[in-house]
Amino acid sequence: MTSFLFGRIVSMAISLLVASIIIFAILEILPGDPAQFMLGVNAQPDTLQALRTQLGLDQPVILRYFSWMAGMLHGDFGISYTYRSPVTELVLQRVAVSAPLALYALTLTILVAFPAGIIAAARRNSATDLTVMGATQIGVAVPNFWFAIILMWVFAVTLHWFSAGGFAGWNKGFFEGIKSLTLPAIALALPQASILARVMRSSLLDTLGEDYIRTARAKGLSQNKTLWRHAVRNALIPVLTIVGLQFSFLLAGAIIIENVFYLPGLGRLIFQGITQRDLITVKSVVMLLVFAVIFVNFLVEVAYVLIDPRLRHQR
Amino acid sequence: MSEVSPVISESRTRELLRSALRSRSFVAGAILTAIILLSALTSLVWTPYDFAAQDIPNKLQGFSAEHWFGTDQYGRDVFSMILVGARTSIIVALLAVGLGIGLGVPLGLLAAAVRGTLLDEVVMRGNDLVFAFPALLIAILITAVFGPSAINAMIAIGIFNIPVFARLSRAAALSLWTREFVLAARVAGKGTARISVEHILPNIANTLIVQGTIQFSLGILAEAALAYVGLGAQPPIPSWGKMLADSQTLVSLAPHLAIIPGLAIVLTVLGLNLMGDGLRDIFDPRTRRSRQ
Repeated sequence: MTSFLFGRIVSMAISLLVASIIIFAILEILPGDPAQFMLGVNAQPDTLQALRTQLGLDQPVILRYFSWMAGMLHGDFGISYTYRSPVTELVLQRVAVSAPLALYALTLTILVAFPAGIIAAARRNSATDLTVMGATQIGVAVPNFWFAIILMWVFAVTLHWFSAGGFAGWNKGFFEGIKSLTLPAIALALPQASILARVMRSSLLDTLGEDYIRTARAKGLSQNKTLWRHAVRNALIPVLTIVGLQFSFLLAGAIIIENVFYLPGLGRLIFQGITQRDLITVKSVVMLLVFAVIFVNFLVEVAYVLIDPRLRHQR
Repeated sequence: MSEVSPVISESRTRELLRSALRSRSFVAGAILTAIILLSALTSLVWTPYDFAAQDIPNKLQGFSAEHWFGTDQYGRDVFSMILVGARTSIIVALLAVGLGIGLGVPLGLLAAAVRGTLLDEVVMRGNDLVFAFPALLIAILITAVFGPSAINAMIAIGIFNIPVFARLSRAAALSLWTREFVLAARVAGKGTARISVEHILPNIANTLIVQGTIQFSLGILAEAALAYVGLGAQPPIPSWGKMLADSQTLVSLAPHLAIIPGLAIVLTVLGLNLMGDGLRDIFDPRTRRSRQ
């Protein structure tokens, strides 16, 4: 187990290192002169020079990369050029929206997908199964931002049940905060729930074909008890991996949905950073998101091995 | 993987065709896909109106005989825009899949041919790394730095197709390298590269076609998402994602502007997914049996 953990940590570190180099290269080297890129062609020479100094452009590229990394390791993400405040501060404010949104969407995903997948597998080839499979086929095909627009049109613009965007803020109370995240969470959850329901169904169908299920039935356990006590529990292992991957996807994938609903989350911060060419903000926030994604994937892999010891000696 | 003999006999073709027509999801998917493809092709030679022609007095109209899908806020004909939008979506997604196959398959075949070596390890680790990235995020970064355009959207989506095909073709090729016919080819004096192209590639083609269909549908969704945030094809070229972005503020006045392009995306993606499912069943009847 220790050697497995060590190996995983090393590979995570390598992934992060390469990821940081790629992000740095895309944002600092590809644009040529980042200061010129940020300010546009009509920039005043002295403003340009000031920004060049702030970005440390007079230093060699390698040095700039290392000082960026060293800063990040100390929790110093630089000063946002458009907001004129530390990126760390901005990130902390935005995480308070993005993380609950991702968790909320993940909860909805699981609440819909697990029952749907289990019922579909338990009643294989029945009308219920066909309905679930048909619905998930459509759910996978629906772009979440379109679903978001439709939700907004029906429940916000027409029925006035929700506001059509923006975030109430947690200081207005938990309920108001959750309420403004509800439509975005539903929009995010639909395609994910469809995928997860399919994974749940096929995983359960696989376990239902195993010998120990037949044994359980043969020793006189009822169909329902076999299903819940043996099949579902074992079927959950591969499903949980997907859940973990979906969480990181929801965190990063919210970038579009946050824009649809004007939610002040990390995705919107990145997107505004891009349109305002605030490379300082974009660089650090993207790196942070990539870190979150890689870290969650790492946790999932470790959890997977903890649940299923057979995997420890593989690879 | 069912084995395909190097020369596909006529009876085999007929057999495939027969099982294709029996697969309901393939037929449904193929019909949907054909409709979208035809729309895209039609737009090359004919659209009811010039897709960019504005007609402000007739703006925001509903469905009518003159404008089947109504008009938008500039009086442009929505049906014409949908036809041209189909073209944009399909070209971007298709080229992105092409990029994935063109670079990913050779990489995967190479990794399988030199399996176990450092080169194999480097290729596969590289793939893992691209997989670990949140794809949409990086696509947004790339298009942001290089400027928004359909070509940059295509490249950004295509990059993430490379590891998909590399991984798939490596895995499929690995099992083939142990087979007798590959051994025989080796004994006959054929080199690694020649075996990869002449014996391995034809035998993994089915798997690649199925995956290609799925990546195509994902590409359509990704293109729409990029275009929605303004990083896809630029005006006046219509794209479904851009049309949805424009519709958002008008949704209470003219809901059809939001519904029509969305339905177009859903039907395209649904058609491709159904076709992919059907193809998998046709190429490998064993999966169908085990899934039922």
